[in-house]
Amino acid sequence: MSNPSPEHLEYLKKAKLGKLLVLASQALILAAFFGAWELAARLKLIDAFIFSQPTRIINAAVSLAASGSLAKHIGATLWESVLGFVLSTVIGTLMAMLLWWNDFLKKTLNPYLVVLNSLPKTALAPIIIVWIGNNVKSVIFTAVMTSVIVTILTVLTGFMEVSKDKIKLVEAFGGTKRQVLSKVVLPASIPAIVNALEINIGLSFVGVMVGEFLVAKSGLGYLIIYGSQILKMDWVMLSIIILCALAAILHQLVVLFEKRIINQ
Amino acid sequence: MKNILELDSISKIYHDPKTETLALKDISFSVADGELLSIIGPSGCGKSTLLSIISGLVAPSSGEVRVLRENAALGYMLQQDHLFGWRTIFQNACLGLEIQKKKTPENLAHVHELLERYGLGDFKNSKPSQLSGGMRQRAALIRTLAVKPDILLLDEPFSALDYQTRLRVSAEIAEIIRQEKKTAVFVTHDISEAVAVSDRVAVLTKRPATLASIHEIKLSPGSAREAPEFRLFFNAIWKELGVNE
Repeated sequence: MSNPSPEHLEYLKKAKLGKLLVLASQALILAAFFGAWELAARLKLIDAFIFSQPTRIINAAVSLAASGSLAKHIGATLWESVLGFVLSTVIGTLMAMLLWWNDFLKKTLNPYLVVLNSLPKTALAPIIIVWIGNNVKSVIFTAVMTSVIVTILTVLTGFMEVSKDKIKLVEAFGGTKRQVLSKVVLPASIPAIVNALEINIGLSFVGVMVGEFLVAKSGLGYLIIYGSQILKMDWVMLSIIILCALAAILHQLVVLFEKRIINQ
Repeated sequence: MKNILELDSISKIYHDPKTETLALKDISFSVADGELLSIIGPSGCGKSTLLSIISGLVAPSSGEVRVLRENAALGYMLQQDHLFGWRTIFQNACLGLEIQKKKTPENLAHVHELLERYGLGDFKNSKPSQLSGGMRQRAALIRTLAVKPDILLLDEPFSALDYQTRLRVSAEIAEIIRQEKKTAVFVTHDISEAVAVSDRVAVLTKRPATLASIHEIKLSPGSAREAPEFRLFFNAIWKELGVNE
């Protein structure tokens, strides 16, 4: 395309404009939301003590950051979530491999997996705490529990959808079951695994929050619970906004990772 | 010519909880060394099953497949190229060697040579998606040839291609198989394709498939489609398939 036609230039211009318009509208929604919130608090339409307000949140952020506790809480939550979602992706994928390998095991365990998948895993959190103790291990365990079953099912579905003919091809070369797994099934299922990764980020946050609500002495979940108990709503709101940002960043990282893998 | 492959009254029964289906019944024929034999029959008659049985991937319910050369290697080519999207053409071509743990410098050189000889030299590091359908099919054939098979089993290898490409590629592949002096058993449902590329055509009946007849095609490969006798062979097989329907 050394010499684009005027029509093409027009098309490019339109496409660019459309994209800008969407971006501007997205920014506007965010600005309007925080603007309205701030305004409502200043005009005493809402009680800033209960509803907090953007400027108070910023102040809370500055003072918490100055004491170093903000970084500690963010670090704790981030660490627990990332560990939770990496662990559940690894464990879930390994379990899926086991079930793929052994058809008998897969058929036998299927109803249990289905029931466990529908069970709200957060219901297990109190048990986990009683069993494992009042510590970070419980938080991570809860995070893994929330996402590991759905990982097994997502990845296993990916494995089962690998074309029978591709498997036949490897078998025709005299390939063993192990080679079928390593040469075809696993590489062909990378998109399914990345997809599981994406689901796991959100679920892992859910698990970490529940865990932190119940046991933690640090982390954003702790800050939310503690803040609500002593009516420091600025802390609560601040934590939620940071959680949104963390989720967005992690999601973006997985999307980037996915793009790199697919382009390979 | 000496026989390299013999099928002795092959039968295959498929079982499912409701019923059993007799797919192949008492099929016997032999394939000579260096021959290109087509198997043709109505769709769903069990042609592919027969090929799977020859390859050893599926066991026959009764009967026996005998390969009359010691340590003869078989190569299988499927309906679609099934090149792996996450591998380059060269890596794809090496799949069989990799699985059989035979990636010796000598064998790798052979793969390079095959790719060069059949026009894929510039695409060794390309991904399959960057190649045309015909080129992909050639790459799939080279993947099969890389393990130096004595007998090639081709299961409708051109059915995923559009008609024009198919005409060219089927001639091309048959030419490569002859050049490499391989024996090939080729399953198809396209009569003209079978007549154009093979030395003999085995016609199967509809399910349960039995061997109806074997036609010897005495046309010079490469220009078979232009020969006046082409129609005669075509019609003879066409009639037989029609009768059996």
